[in-house]
Amino acid sequence: MDKIYSINGPVVKVRGTRSFSMMEMVFVGNKRLISEVIGVNSGFTTIQVYEGTTGLMPGEPVVGTGAPMSALLGPGIITNIFDGIERPLRSLAELSGAFIGDGTAVSSLDTEKKFSVTLTVNVGDRLAPGEIYCTCPETPVVIHKCMLSPLSKGGEVVWAAPDGEYSINDTVVKIKTDRGETEELTLCQRWPIRTPRPSKERLPIDRPLITGQRVIDTVAPIAKGGTAAIPGGFGTGKTMTQHQLAKWCDADIIVYIGCGERGNEMTQVLEEFSELIDPRTGRPLTDRTVLIANTSNMPVAAREASIYTGITLAEYYRDMGYHIAIMADSTSRWAEALRELSGRLEEMPAEEGFPAYLPSRISEFYERAGYVKTLSGGEGSVSIIGAVSPQGSDFSEPVTQNTKRFVRCFWALDKALAYARHYPAINWTSSYSEYTDDLAAYYKKNVAPDFMEVRQQISNILVEENALMEIVKLMGADVLPDDQKLLIETARVIRVGFLQQNAYHKDDTYVPLEKQYRMMKLIVRFFELGKKALAEGASVTAVTGSGWCEKLIKMKYDIPNDDPGMFDSYTSDMERELTVLTGGAAVGA
Amino acid sequence: MELKYIGLDEINGPLVALENVSGIGYDEMAELRLSDGTKRLGRVVEVSEDRAVLQVFEGTKGLSLGNTTTRFEGKPMELPLSKEMLGRIFSGAGKPIDGLGDIYPEKYADINGKPLNPVSREYPRNYINTGISSIDALMTLIRGQKLPIFSGSGLSHNKLAVQIVRQAKIADENGQDFAIVFGAMGVKNDVADYFKRSFEETGSLKRVAMFLNMSNDPIIERILTPRCALTLAEYLAFEKGMHILVILTDMTAYAEALREFSSSKGEIPARKGYPGYLYSDLASLYERAGIVKGASGSVTQIPILTMPNDDITHPVPDLTGYITEGQIVLDRSLDQKGVYPAVSVLPSLSRLMKDGIGEGYTREDHQMCSNQLFAAYARVSDARALASVIGEEELSQTDRAYLRFGRLFESEFIDQGFDVNRSVEQTLDLGWLLLSTLPRSELDRVDDEHLNKFYDPERAELLYGDN
Repeated sequence: MDKIYSINGPVVKVRGTRSFSMMEMVFVGNKRLISEVIGVNSGFTTIQVYEGTTGLMPGEPVVGTGAPMSALLGPGIITNIFDGIERPLRSLAELSGAFIGDGTAVSSLDTEKKFSVTLTVNVGDRLAPGEIYCTCPETPVVIHKCMLSPLSKGGEVVWAAPDGEYSINDTVVKIKTDRGETEELTLCQRWPIRTPRPSKERLPIDRPLITGQRVIDTVAPIAKGGTAAIPGGFGTGKTMTQHQLAKWCDADIIVYIGCGERGNEMTQVLEEFSELIDPRTGRPLTDRTVLIANTSNMPVAAREASIYTGITLAEYYRDMGYHIAIMADSTSRWAEALRELSGRLEEMPAEEGFPAYLPSRISEFYERAGYVKTLSGGEGSVSIIGAVSPQGSDFSEPVTQNTKRFVRCFWALDKALAYARHYPAINWTSSYSEYTDDLAAYYKKNVAPDFMEVRQQISNILVEENALMEIVKLMGADVLPDDQKLLIETARVIRVGFLQQNAYHKDDTYVPLEKQYRMMKLIVRFFELGKKALAEGASVTAVTGSGWCEKLIKMKYDIPNDDPGMFDSYTSDMERELTVLTGGAAVGA
Repeated sequence: MELKYIGLDEINGPLVALENVSGIGYDEMAELRLSDGTKRLGRVVEVSEDRAVLQVFEGTKGLSLGNTTTRFEGKPMELPLSKEMLGRIFSGAGKPIDGLGDIYPEKYADINGKPLNPVSREYPRNYINTGISSIDALMTLIRGQKLPIFSGSGLSHNKLAVQIVRQAKIADENGQDFAIVFGAMGVKNDVADYFKRSFEETGSLKRVAMFLNMSNDPIIERILTPRCALTLAEYLAFEKGMHILVILTDMTAYAEALREFSSSKGEIPARKGYPGYLYSDLASLYERAGIVKGASGSVTQIPILTMPNDDITHPVPDLTGYITEGQIVLDRSLDQKGVYPAVSVLPSLSRLMKDGIGEGYTREDHQMCSNQLFAAYARVSDARALASVIGEEELSQTDRAYLRFGRLFESEFIDQGFDVNRSVEQTLDLGWLLLSTLPRSELDRVDDEHLNKFYDPERAELLYGDN
């Protein structure tokens, strides 16, 4: 039997053994702590332990499992809350109380619970890897589809159970492979978390992940199957933005990974999501959410694994034909876990103590996003939205820089905006999205033919304002000519009335694309009419003092989400009042 | 099982190594007895089949390879706990130093604690009324929160902590117990004295347990100090049902001790020489604040840290800010203007505030009032920057109104004084009054209903018209 040779924090070494393979999951010590082999040579096998090692002694046994670190996949995942290595936290609380003990063994999924299973194959059917053999309602909004594991070779169905109530370990289908072996299929399967699940092919990305957040949907939109990073110093609202996206984005399933973050935040997500009703399904948001909570004080090695556990769960549901959005909060804590473990292994550090393989690990993670054709022929997607917590709010640090290389959507959070309580504090000039062109066709077809033009006009006003502000900062706004004063005022309307969004307001927390477009259109119209009025001799104070600026700023509250018709009356009122203005001015002159 | 070993094989800084040892667990405690009869405590930080590395809490001065006997205790460091510890003073490693003798423990607990399961946490919602306007209105302290004070050397953070302790109404209406656990890491003797005297003056010394590690005490002990303090806090809160306020000062000194210890172990440094696990280590302390479902008590933390060179991006304040639920930042220029408490409003924040204020907690207009105060004060800095370039006379009417608002906000609202205790109503009314000095159209974070109710330019003009 293999024994522990040395212990240093979460790193344990075994001397002179050949029994373990790389990335194998092993149990360490008398408490059977869950661990993973991370280094093998003829002298030592190096193992990282996912739980606390206090009290562990050299000489205690190390037992291999023969399989890599895997996640258990089956019905019961949705609505659950797991730690970084897929241990259900509710069951842990029942077993070991409010504080998490070491070496507590629980099954990831409830083995007792019965699901109402409908078989979708008959005896004699061929079943290929990734194909669905039965379905069961997992929550009122998610139908779980059990698929033949991609690790299997496939074969002919020789026995199928009748429809009925089964728990996850009951055999429901037997297949005979071409070699003549019989495989028994249950409702669950295992998949190694560090290996991407296969799909038939990647499809082009051309549908937006609609979030209902104006600055995202219009300024820097993300596509289904896309990747985005939210970098920001502390207090700039990373977590708040992630919560808003998790609540309102139009994915079918949300995987929320709380990676090395605050315990109270996870509690908040748990509470809030069970109270909030999803407007699309009329059910609580928890019915489409999986939480992975490895808070900052839980073992660091499990924090490193939590990201992989989360994405494996997401890929599993993608293979059923769902659209998944992953919120990873925060990828910096994951990178720090890599650094911490790398330090314990005495590896040569690269930048700021991070290991040299940091960029490749980050890219591996983001590359698991995508819009794919699944093995069973359906379509599904995984979108990743990762928060980044740059040290000292400095975006040039390694994690932010490397993340920027591998994501196509960058929502930079700005401290100055957050200090002014402008939320979401996404800076509209330093943020960008490479998906804008890919999504243009969708917006044109489904929202309005001139959506992209209006968006560009809004963006132009903001860019020009940015340039003008340099002058204003030096000399005050009074020195500017009237048309530029109007531009600055319009930009203010855009910033306060459009980009700022109130997450606590019942209407403003989620705004449909249609209303976003009409709001932009109205502001652009105001700018045009204002310019026209100025050209015809009206004074800028008459235009800005017409009350329309205030009215436009408050339209997000005043016009309900479900009554876009009000925009028509706004437009005609505004046209009339601003035209009268010039008329009046002309008479006066 | 107790094992004794004679002699050491290596001494390096605070670390000693023993060879040919067996049966030793990771993180286990050991007692080193010197030939002159004195004892020191140590902890196993690395162990292999035949070698153990110990960190010695009191330092390795005077140790030689031959003059010590090491006895392993077979368990991790545990703190004896009892309710009688309130009113007592302990060393950084949890030994009584007030000459009143040992305590009679009810139980022992591992000082490292265990992570609290997120599903067993209760989301904190009850606010703590500190009586300090800037904190109550703009960065409300919530029971079960961890809200640090980011300060600099020479600023009045200690005074502010004392004022919070004195004025905070932590106890419920039903008169639940509350107490303070005070952990001092690497502070000067007179600072510790100041706290002790202040607690005495307010008559709360009986409700305070102090863990003192002075700046000239061994650094290894400093690493234990906050852990001992929090272990006692958790015991009192979750087993005895008390509301505990934990004050930890100075976290920067703690982090420096950790850095010193890490470099003596030969670990690879990350930023500014701090170890790569500084975040995890700080989190293992700060995350011990909170409320457990089913327990009636709570642990609220106010860690105090001095930002080296007033730099908020220094690793210690930076990582702290990422873990804690907000921060109260003190500002040197306000302090120089004589403003007390010198709270720098814009970078300060309380993350839990939004759920603990408003109707049923403070007052329904609280959120709007504080949002507008923040937004208006952010505009003040723009106006000031402009005024410094083109002069105040050249500013537009609106910008001048903002300048006046800024002056009033600092002198009337923030500058409150050490002895003034304001109720939430007083604070919010004052906030609305100050906002009333601005043109109504500028208040874009407030809806008309509230403006009609609270916007009162005549009264503001009457009071502040001369400014």
